[in-house]
Amino acid sequence: MSDAETLPPPGKIRCDACPVMCYIADGNAGACDRYANHGGTLVRLDPITVLETGAPAVAFLGGADPADWDGDIIRGERNFLTAVGAGTTYPDYKPAPFIVSQEVRGVDMVTVVTEGIFSYCGVKVKIDTDRHIGHEGAIVRVEGEPVGLVMTSEYGSRMLSLGGVDHLTGGSKKEGRVTCDALLRLCNRQAVEMTIDGGPSLVVQAGKPPIIDGVPERLMRVGCGSATIGIFAKQWAGLVDEVVVVDDHITGVLSEHQAGKLLNVPPTGIRMKGRRSTPGRYFQVAEPGLGWGGTNITDALEILKPFDPKVAWPGLRLLMVSTTGEHWAYYELDADLVPRRAEPSAALRATAEKIAENCEPSLCSVLFMGGAGGSLRAGVTENPVRLTRSVKQALTHVSCGGAEAYVWPGGGITVMVDVMDMPENSFGYVPTPALVAPIEFTLRSDDYAAMGGHVSHIQPIEAVRGAGLRRVPHDPAAPHPHDAGNYSWQRKSGTRGD
Amino acid sequence: MAGPVARLLPDGERLHLQHGPIDLVIGADGVAGARALAFQAAVARFETVLTELVAELPLLRRAVGERPSGVIAQRMVAATLPHGDRVFVTPMAAVAGAVAEEILAALCAATPLERAYVNNGGDIALHLTPGARFAIAVAGPEGQDFGRVDLAHADPVRGIATSGQRGRSLSLGIADGVTVLAATAAVADAAATLIANEIDLPDHPAIRRLPACEVQADSDLGERLVVRHVGPLSFEEVGQALRRGENVARQMHEAGQIHAAALFLRGQVITVGHGNLGLVAAERERQRA
Repeated sequence: MSDAETLPPPGKIRCDACPVMCYIADGNAGACDRYANHGGTLVRLDPITVLETGAPAVAFLGGADPADWDGDIIRGERNFLTAVGAGTTYPDYKPAPFIVSQEVRGVDMVTVVTEGIFSYCGVKVKIDTDRHIGHEGAIVRVEGEPVGLVMTSEYGSRMLSLGGVDHLTGGSKKEGRVTCDALLRLCNRQAVEMTIDGGPSLVVQAGKPPIIDGVPERLMRVGCGSATIGIFAKQWAGLVDEVVVVDDHITGVLSEHQAGKLLNVPPTGIRMKGRRSTPGRYFQVAEPGLGWGGTNITDALEILKPFDPKVAWPGLRLLMVSTTGEHWAYYELDADLVPRRAEPSAALRATAEKIAENCEPSLCSVLFMGGAGGSLRAGVTENPVRLTRSVKQALTHVSCGGAEAYVWPGGGITVMVDVMDMPENSFGYVPTPALVAPIEFTLRSDDYAAMGGHVSHIQPIEAVRGAGLRRVPHDPAAPHPHDAGNYSWQRKSGTRGD
Repeated sequence: MAGPVARLLPDGERLHLQHGPIDLVIGADGVAGARALAFQAAVARFETVLTELVAELPLLRRAVGERPSGVIAQRMVAATLPHGDRVFVTPMAAVAGAVAEEILAALCAATPLERAYVNNGGDIALHLTPGARFAIAVAGPEGQDFGRVDLAHADPVRGIATSGQRGRSLSLGIADGVTVLAATAAVADAAATLIANEIDLPDHPAIRRLPACEVQADSDLGERLVVRHVGPLSFEEVGQALRRGENVARQMHEAGQIHAAALFLRGQVITVGHGNLGLVAAERERQRA
């Protein structure tokens, strides 16, 4: 459509939730009544959310098999009330907004549903890239305010730790507000632009490739330079005399690498910059950067010293390639043993393309991390510590928006959950500033009574169903909060659920 | 951007299709296996429905007259064109009914069915074979029971639509609801929309209006004032507003465009034409009197 590129009229935003692409003024909803403009932000207008088990929503990719529509797929309603949109009773020590009971295969289960206000919270971000995004410990900023820091480099990825109480409430008022807003957007799967001290600018969005200094990342490397040599050595042998896999961490050299030796690749007289670790593996061949393999180089030959004239020979075939296969170049040595660009064979070209093919798409992952503290636990039981103990003893299952939450060992109830597993737009905020996140505690009703739960406030799930509910499908690959396998009482009896 | 989504509703018997503003609930009955085939066809056809419409959206948002290329768009134009001489109307007045019809056609082409329906937010396309019946409830915006429609194969009605001030679409009028029975869903949709637009009390101080474009920036109604809120009205005013709609409904009925219509506002009902809808609504009216 020709007007797809036109800018929205002043004061309006353009909804991109469906092809209609409505312009929506502040305070109004789109044609679908599902999305609205709230202060310039696109929001979903869905009320409290029910995780539905039953026929899963089927996206239209691939032909729909009529068997998908067979009644047998539906194992009866086994819906789970999530806390998304439930509200909270903070800071009053009142029972949580919804305490519902539901019989699940003969066991009377209670789920305490609340939206928790998390002053102690943040996100852990994994960015699949080898590009340099700043040194460990570098400050991450949004709108110039510090919101977190660069953590360790992990396999093919860089980690950020953002938020936390020190940024939310420990700094200036603006720092808190900006941090809260950045966390909210990240948790609701929106894009957040950030800068890193001494590093590039980044756009991070859960489930999407990172954008580093304006360039969207495409691929996650297949392995470090040394690993890449190991994976592809057999395919290179015979096609080329030498291969250098350029990598910010460990650059690999085929002829010196154990994999090359085993394939009888002869020495080539290649001499590398950087620090040799073990044969065929070099550290620090260049500075970290946004060029080849996460280094700062744009011309691969920069990391080579002159070839050893006693070993090298004119016509020697050299492939230089990055760990993602995105950068590569082929050279042959001239009579003076200087590498010159040359036309590679089709078979050799295919190996570079195969590296790219073996790389996984680069994504940003956002894990919400928060601690369920005082009044939130008080909404569940009069003895908050008993809730903690019950969770640790696996008598109580914790979920966030119906999604599986990892509960950290040690004291307190500190949970971590992948925001992509949660219903969209599960998070809200309060001006404190703090994030509002859904959290559900599910346990047997007698266990609930034993911990001093608000038993008199239990209502049947039917009482909270009805019109105005948002219904989302349950991810069949994820454990259902009602699955008996979540609970220690079930494990002891030896029969796992489902 | 979210694509089309299909799923079975929890009863296991109805198919729900959704894409953007389109929500369809579909039922089909036939011999064993027919439903699965029909649903599969509906899913396949639905895949491109919204993108087909969006491709011609500028044309569909202009006053009816130009000929579009899409088959659904053509259904919309055919249903709205007869009204184009009398009032401002765009093909969008029939979009819901036209989509329902198109999906129903896909269902019926896939396999023989005893009966089937496609309900697009209250605009319903029906398929009936001899011996099959449908009982349809007509409800107001607050879930009020406006009555029942009982349809059989012999009835000439294959489309039902309800339009009103508090539906998803914007309305120029103040109707609580106008339900129309017609030969097709698109025709019923357009007629219900236009009758509801007429049910009005111009310049009444209790009626709050806003330019349509301020409510939905790209509404086909442009600067035209749409009703946002209706305050207290006297019994006489309600009747007066309904009679304005009744005039238009009678013209449509006499021109053979619709089979029946029932107009609802603040507890008062006026029915036009014959058929089941008229009978049921008239019965309710008599009880109230």
